[in-house]
Amino acid sequence: MTAPIETTGAAAEAQPEAVLEGVPSKRIEGRSLGQIAWLRFKRDKVAVAGAIVVILLVLIAALSRPLQSLLGLDPNEPNQSLIDPNTTLPLGDFGGMSADHPLGVDPKFGRDLLARVLEGSWVSLIVAFGATLLSVAIGTVLGVVAGYYRGRVDAVISRMMDVFLAFPLLLFAIAISASLQGGAFGLEGLPLHLSVLIFVIGFFNWPYMGRIVRAQTLSLREREFVDAARGMGARGPFILFRELLPNLVGPIVVYSTLLIPSNILFEAALSFLGVGIQPPQASWGGMLNQAVKYYEVDPQYMLVPGLAIFVTVLAFNLLGDGLRDALDPRSR
Amino acid sequence: MTETTDEQNTKTAPAESRAAADGPLLKVRGLVRHFPITKGLLKRQVGAVQAVDGIDFEVYPGETLGVVGESGCGKSTMGRLITRLDEPTGGTIEFDGRDITHLSTGGMRPMRRDVQMIFQDPYGSLNPRHTIGGIVGTPFRLQGVEPEGGVKKEVQRLLELVGLSPEHYNRYPHEFSGGQRQRIGIARALALKPKLVVADEPVSALDVSIQAQVVNLMDDLQEELGLTYVIIAHDLSVIRHVSDRIAVMYLGKIVELADRDSLYKAPMHPYTKALLSAVPVPDPKRRTERDRILLKGDVPSPINPPSGCRFRTRCWKATEVCTTTEPPLVALRTGHQVACHHPENAPDQAPEDAPK
Ligand SMILES: Nc1ncnc2c1ncn2[C@@H]1O[C@H](COP(=O)(O)OP(=O)(O)OP(=O)(O)O)[C@@H](O)[C@H]1O
Ligand code: SF4
Ligand SMILES: [Mg+2]
Repeated sequence: MTAPIETTGAAAEAQPEAVLEGVPSKRIEGRSLGQIAWLRFKRDKVAVAGAIVVILLVLIAALSRPLQSLLGLDPNEPNQSLIDPNTTLPLGDFGGMSADHPLGVDPKFGRDLLARVLEGSWVSLIVAFGATLLSVAIGTVLGVVAGYYRGRVDAVISRMMDVFLAFPLLLFAIAISASLQGGAFGLEGLPLHLSVLIFVIGFFNWPYMGRIVRAQTLSLREREFVDAARGMGARGPFILFRELLPNLVGPIVVYSTLLIPSNILFEAALSFLGVGIQPPQASWGGMLNQAVKYYEVDPQYMLVPGLAIFVTVLAFNLLGDGLRDALDPRSR
Repeated sequence: MTETTDEQNTKTAPAESRAAADGPLLKVRGLVRHFPITKGLLKRQVGAVQAVDGIDFEVYPGETLGVVGESGCGKSTMGRLITRLDEPTGGTIEFDGRDITHLSTGGMRPMRRDVQMIFQDPYGSLNPRHTIGGIVGTPFRLQGVEPEGGVKKEVQRLLELVGLSPEHYNRYPHEFSGGQRQRIGIARALALKPKLVVADEPVSALDVSIQAQVVNLMDDLQEELGLTYVIIAHDLSVIRHVSDRIAVMYLGKIVELADRDSLYKAPMHPYTKALLSAVPVPDPKRRTERDRILLKGDVPSPINPPSGCRFRTRCWKATEVCTTTEPPLVALRTGHQVACHHPENAPDQAPEDAPK
């Protein structure tokens, strides 16, 4: 907590009189802990690289559809002329790479792979972000409540977390996706699949966040500033959201960033198993699923979504680790 | 428990002449706080930490009551009880004539304006995520008070009052030294013009050179604002100059409660005498007559305190009666209460069993 950054001695000195005179005017705007963390983060080259890749990925995902039309590509346009009718493999070397199709095309249909990874990127990120947001919202509120009120409230919430963590999530996800296939909640097709994925992944992952927030709250609540707030007449909600929560932002940001890649992997796994995003909609997991059948004859097909997942997960993990070091130097 | 303490109190004479003029601001009777020790899954209670075990005292408007005692004797617990940050197990607390012993959080809320606390740890007591302006302005927001000229102006005035620059308004606690942070804590405590300020070891985390500054600041502010203080400290040196009366605690009990001069000149409880002997004496000629008394042994556990007088395991005057009978806190002189069978500087209270 005590940052090693104290450039001028002005603030650190004991004599109040000296401080009154000695403060250079430019330092009067205080440096928040966030600004200090930023300075620390900037020095971590690996984390900065991760952050840049993450920003690029988010931009690509957000602009995925415009990018596709800009490049004149369509992820769902079959192109039988590029396929060998006997083997159903793409014609040409490296999975049919060409100027028109820089990453090649997929076997059997001849759809452009660049367009399909681009299309998969927003699916992946929207599910990962949505699910993370949901887990963080539930986990933070329940975690901070359990940690602050302790006792029976904590016992109930903690047992709930145990139950959720013991839940056979994968089986549940398979069952729920299968049973909702036809349409539910007034949704069908892609919106339904996205919502189901976000709900299943997010709703069952909250205990990870809940535990971290609860543990941090347990130690924070013993700090004297909580007593100080109570001594001024603060009620529970004020203490939870005004006094405790601002001090939890660091760990929440860090673990959200680390939760995103694991959610990307989970989404890919579900789509791979055929219970996530349904074809013909492109998704990284779905592409891998189809690529498995061809991995000996057309390894390129597997490489493209595989690398996309790998780079994304790695970038988020590097960013998360860097954030942890910057925001919470004690946990190194 | 409470019955016996009530009885003791009818014996004690009113401590102060001021008492007659206007009643006490704070009146504590038989105050008890036991922390249950539980074991196993079923949380069966197997004992209790007797942190505060039946104490009585008053605090009069405008005075400073110093509370001293070794680590773990229950000073902080007492402070948290009288500011109602903690729930008493027994006894009563009256503030300004009103019983606040078991007031709910909501019921306590309006009283919070009049009772404020200054904390021991200048690093822990200020929220690191809030600016100084936000911290000192919080009491106004929580109590819905709109000071004349607005919160910001009032906060800046308070910062100046405690010797900080009003320009520190937008800065964060980590940019300040311990002494400055403690000034910020003081500004926050004084924001709503409280009647009573409870300060729990306000300077013990600070450099010795800064301790005097902060204590003097508190002293000046008391005069300026007509505050009443309860100042907790673990030794007698810090609070010597600012206290009007001093309560000495040992293992959850008050063992001596007296006017400052009376206590320093003629301590009656052996424990007080030992504490005083540890205070450095500036005049070397006087050092010989009050030779340092080294107490033998450790403080016994508050889970299982000694029978009779709690100090008897370390007292050089202990006799049989000290083991069997708990000495009541009685006034042996006007304004000087002590709980001892064989006090110093006063007639023996159990002559039939006097030490040789
Ligand atoms: N919340 C609690 N639960 C259990 N025991 C407690 C609790 N708070 C205090 N105690 C115990 O009560 C006793 C008195 O503690 P207290 O903090 O009041 O002492 P103190 O006189 O302020 O000591 P110090 O000088 O170290 O601050 C100690 O034995 C302590 O371990
Ligand atoms: S009562 Fe006895 S043991 Fe206790 S302080 Fe007095 S002389 Fe010592
Ligand atoms: Mg204490």
